[in-house]
Amino acid sequence: MEAVIEIKDLKKSFGDKAILKGINLTVNKGENVVILGKSGSGKSVTIKCIAGLLTQDEGSLKVLGEEVKDLKEDALKELRCKIGFLFQGAALYDSMTVRENLVFPLKRVLKIKDKALIERRCVEVLEAVGLADAIDKMPADLSGGMRKRMGLARTLVVKPEIILYDEPTTGLDTITSKEISNLMLQIQKKYQATSVIITHDIPCAKITADRLLIIDDGVFIAEGTYDELENSQDEYIRSFFK
Amino acid sequence: MRKEIPFTQSLVAVADQAYFFKSFIRNIFKKGFEWDELFRQSYIIGYKSIGIVTLTGFILGIVMTLQSLPTLKEFGAESYIPSMVSVSIIREIGPVIIALICAGKIASSIGAELSSMNVTEQIDAMNVSGANPIQFLVVTRILACAIMIPLLTIFADAMALVGGYIAAAMNNGISMKLYFNKALTILDYTDIVPAFIKTIFFGLSIGFVGCFKGFTYNNGTASVGLAANSAVVTSSIWIIVIDGIVVQLTNSLLYS
Repeated sequence: MEAVIEIKDLKKSFGDKAILKGINLTVNKGENVVILGKSGSGKSVTIKCIAGLLTQDEGSLKVLGEEVKDLKEDALKELRCKIGFLFQGAALYDSMTVRENLVFPLKRVLKIKDKALIERRCVEVLEAVGLADAIDKMPADLSGGMRKRMGLARTLVVKPEIILYDEPTTGLDTITSKEISNLMLQIQKKYQATSVIITHDIPCAKITADRLLIIDDGVFIAEGTYDELENSQDEYIRSFFK
Repeated sequence: MRKEIPFTQSLVAVADQAYFFKSFIRNIFKKGFEWDELFRQSYIIGYKSIGIVTLTGFILGIVMTLQSLPTLKEFGAESYIPSMVSVSIIREIGPVIIALICAGKIASSIGAELSSMNVTEQIDAMNVSGANPIQFLVVTRILACAIMIPLLTIFADAMALVGGYIAAAMNNGISMKLYFNKALTILDYTDIVPAFIKTIFFGLSIGFVGCFKGFTYNNGTASVGLAANSAVVTSSIWIIVIDGIVVQLTNSLLYS
């Protein structure tokens, strides 16, 4: 199996507060890895380090074979073109329509000039997330679930090799949350992308995960499939699934 | 826990601003300049500020005339009204008042907009997608301010002369031709050029401070208001400081 993300003894602190205390993780190509954990356990910091938004203090972090902290600005930019990031609040550009949100990375990141190709890519991803009718809407006109779908569409439009999800179902009702989780799974199959999903939503983890890790106080304390961890001997691990 | 002293914090703040300025300059010359966004920002900053600038300039001209008229009348010097209003508006009052008005309207709006983009992770989203937020958001806004503030000031100065004429005509019965003849012939390049150049710096400072505050205030929704407030206060101080420096430079270069 080809490893696309390799993390070894990664440490990160903010001031005197240590957030990551030496985590190790390998994510293989095409795999859906879910990281579960309480708020403040270091989940978001982990994926922000993977995306190069934060730089680790110690340890090694390789994404697609590149050591992220050693990359110069242009090389980091190039790597980021291969990574999609779905933010917790979707992070849609408020001043742009849905179409402009999708055109933005196509023109600036992939440097596509052909208008017909741009339009085709936009329609294709909006159809994939079931938002074809919303192409000319403003983000403010979209519901919570639609915003998440739209965020996913913007992530997919550049056809990333890795997708990082930061709490993709937070703030959604149970039904919409399930829809988004199923959509993530469909997308992983259709686009063959590798996914790292940060969540504390157990139904989402059950639907999407090939493998789960539990992070607590800056270290991974358990790893396995959903069924293995749900039936763990450790009461604390089992408590996540109740 | 290490406690930073205010002096150290000030040095860190200066270093942050210098670094931000450096990345602004570097990104002006990078490939892929955002012309469309520059035009859009120029439209927002320029066209949408015309109303407030027109009103301010017009009333400024009226007030200047009405305030000076009684004193000048005492000395039988009413005929100096057009020249006095023209020189004081174009050299000093027009650029400074319009820059302060724009600091209130534009710096606050840039600060609040970018800070809210920061808080809602939109800037992170641009970064992580491989796009360049400094080139798209910062360069375009600062340059649009540097282009539009001088144009707005010229427009406001013209409106102030119109306002001054209306006030003088109503109180003194002066003809339009005579008023504008006197108001414009008194001006030479030493009045116009330094005033124009300083408005470019006013524009740069308004855009720069707005963007810097927007990029640095990212600690929850409360920071949106703080960014807007701090952008207005800081850019207003910069405007006064730049004005002082330009007056000193002009005096030593042109009149010494």
